[in-house]
Amino acid sequence: MKTDISKQGLDVKWQDMTIGASIVHSGGSEQFNTGEWRVDRPIFLVDQCKQCLLCVPVCPDSSIPVVDGKRTDFDYDHCKGCGICAKVCPFGAIEMKKGVK
Amino acid sequence: MKGLTEIRWHGRGGQGAKTAALLLADVAFSTGAEVQGFPEYGPERMGAPITAYNRVSDKPIRVHSNIYAPDYVVVVDETLLEDIDVTAGLSEEGAVIINTAKDKEEIIPLLKGYQGRVCTIDARKVSMEALGMYFPNSPMLAAVIKVSGIMPEEKFLEEMQMSYEHKFASKPQVIEGNMKALKIALKEVKE
Amino acid sequence: MAIRERLSGNEAVSTAIRQINPDVMPAFPITPSTEIPQYVSSYVADGLIDTEFVAVESEHSAMSATIGASAAGARALTATSSAGLALMWEELHIASSDRVPVVLALVNRALSGPININADHSDGMGARDCGWIQLYSEDNQEAYDNMVMAFRIAEHPDVLLPVMVCQDGFITSHAVQNILLLEDEEVKKFVGEYTPENYLLNAENPMAVGPYAVTNYYMEARRSMAEGMVASRKVILDIAREYETLSGRGYSFFEEYHTKDADYVIVIMGSASGAAKDACDKLRAKGKKVGVLKIRVFRPFPAAELAAALKNAKAIAAMDRAESFSGNSGPMAAELKAALFDAKQCPEILSMVYGLGGRDITVEDMEMIYADLEAGNFECKELPYRYVNVRE
Repeated sequence: MKTDISKQGLDVKWQDMTIGASIVHSGGSEQFNTGEWRVDRPIFLVDQCKQCLLCVPVCPDSSIPVVDGKRTDFDYDHCKGCGICAKVCPFGAIEMKKGVK
Repeated sequence: MKGLTEIRWHGRGGQGAKTAALLLADVAFSTGAEVQGFPEYGPERMGAPITAYNRVSDKPIRVHSNIYAPDYVVVVDETLLEDIDVTAGLSEEGAVIINTAKDKEEIIPLLKGYQGRVCTIDARKVSMEALGMYFPNSPMLAAVIKVSGIMPEEKFLEEMQMSYEHKFASKPQVIEGNMKALKIALKEVKE
Repeated sequence: MAIRERLSGNEAVSTAIRQINPDVMPAFPITPSTEIPQYVSSYVADGLIDTEFVAVESEHSAMSATIGASAAGARALTATSSAGLALMWEELHIASSDRVPVVLALVNRALSGPININADHSDGMGARDCGWIQLYSEDNQEAYDNMVMAFRIAEHPDVLLPVMVCQDGFITSHAVQNILLLEDEEVKKFVGEYTPENYLLNAENPMAVGPYAVTNYYMEARRSMAEGMVASRKVILDIAREYETLSGRGYSFFEEYHTKDADYVIVIMGSASGAAKDACDKLRAKGKKVGVLKIRVFRPFPAAELAAALKNAKAIAAMDRAESFSGNSGPMAAELKAALFDAKQCPEILSMVYGLGGRDITVEDMEMIYADLEAGNFECKELPYRYVNVRE
């Protein structure tokens, strides 16, 4: 059964389509760079951050990686620039740069 | 037995004509015959006239249409004679078997000139005597077996015993009555 | 050893289901298919099978649950008729496009209106373009045999499309007739265990079924589906051959009854084929070169094979038990004409609609149709096709 989703790009031929257009294996969305959709760029101001981690669960694209209990810089391959993180941050540690990809 | 025997049942919804046709298919099957038993479905209402059919053959049966020129006709309710031309298409070599307490001389004028054999049985009397209730289908089944000769009477009774034992496994008390109804009917059917 | 039995068409299909012992059967009752879920649920209650019977609230739900169960990894089926199939319409497409190998026992019945519970092929013909494989049965035996073969066809990795096993409502579904059954073990072995490569409940390898596909992907997905239908041709024949060695009963896309040298052929599907065969025998005994071609596989439509089988026919009666209201002919006749056109064959074709809403058709009717073909009487009145046994 055809399951290779790496071939399911915009130029996929019908012969390479997965059966029923199903998507087998988890984590497929990682291969889809939604960061291309971004028009406003969040900037992580590390000095202002208290590591409260309120921004992490609200990110719709899981684009705020947490390492050893601390958030790190944005995953710009997947961040769509929605700005929810900046809105919830109580410390002004995330700045949205308008019109900057 | 000739190659193909076709039987048409006329009854009223709720009287068990369909069940009788299916039972006939069952017992004929036990003789090694090719069989078909099917009702003609209309609105399923108590008392409405219904028709059911049997084909019994020594060859596989392929045709599924209704039967327009039957060898035998069974009339489970004599009041149908007024409204329905029960002998329509009936072979003159065959017979019509009618559930009635009347003599056949009284019945014949209702049969629109049918010249073949006219057989009668008082299925109500048989049923009341054997079962204490009115279920005409068992006596009528026995009557058609007797008149058509599609299988020997002993074999018929043997198979019906097994069939009832299976069908009434949860109420064995009715088996004896039904068997009695069949046996009386085999004797009571008149020509 | 074949088991000699006498069963109605519904009993025959239910017996096949018992022998297959599917994992899940969601169903909703509708005349004349009601007996099938009724028998199956009694098999479950009696402990004869361990199928999960799901009593749902509508046919829409029945097909949804069947698809869900199949996607989850179960062998699943349902049964319906007429308006029930109509209510499943949306799901029929979902089943085929998700490529879930489910089976549907369809007991063909007219669609409203006027409201009618009796046999015709309006329901099945209405679903002919839903991406389902359709097998039509002449009698209880064929309904049984088709049901035993259905999962093997549907689940084949080259196919992965749902299969509809059709039989005529009441005419075969409620008629008790002789039948030869396979032993339970033989069916079990023939059908085998269902082992899908990927399924929703496989925690080791999660998957998503039924995604949204934008314009860029939709045509490729449909083309891929069409390939499954094309591939099913070989699979249907391979499985029929395997089934023949087991049962002694041979099947193909269609049955050719004295067609090889026939000048006049009736092309038909379902229970009325028997009346056509009996008429054919009567006329053959009088030296008439007549034949019957009974279509078993309507989807995929065996166009080239039909044209080859009919290459010597001078005149054909293409008989539909459904009206398509195209104003030209019934649906089967239209496809048959297209098949013959592609094959550059041009026999006389008399398109006929018969048997709607259970209207009876007899051996004598078939003899008259042959007589018209022979006499070159292809005359139709207001319509370019003929209604058989309609009062006018």
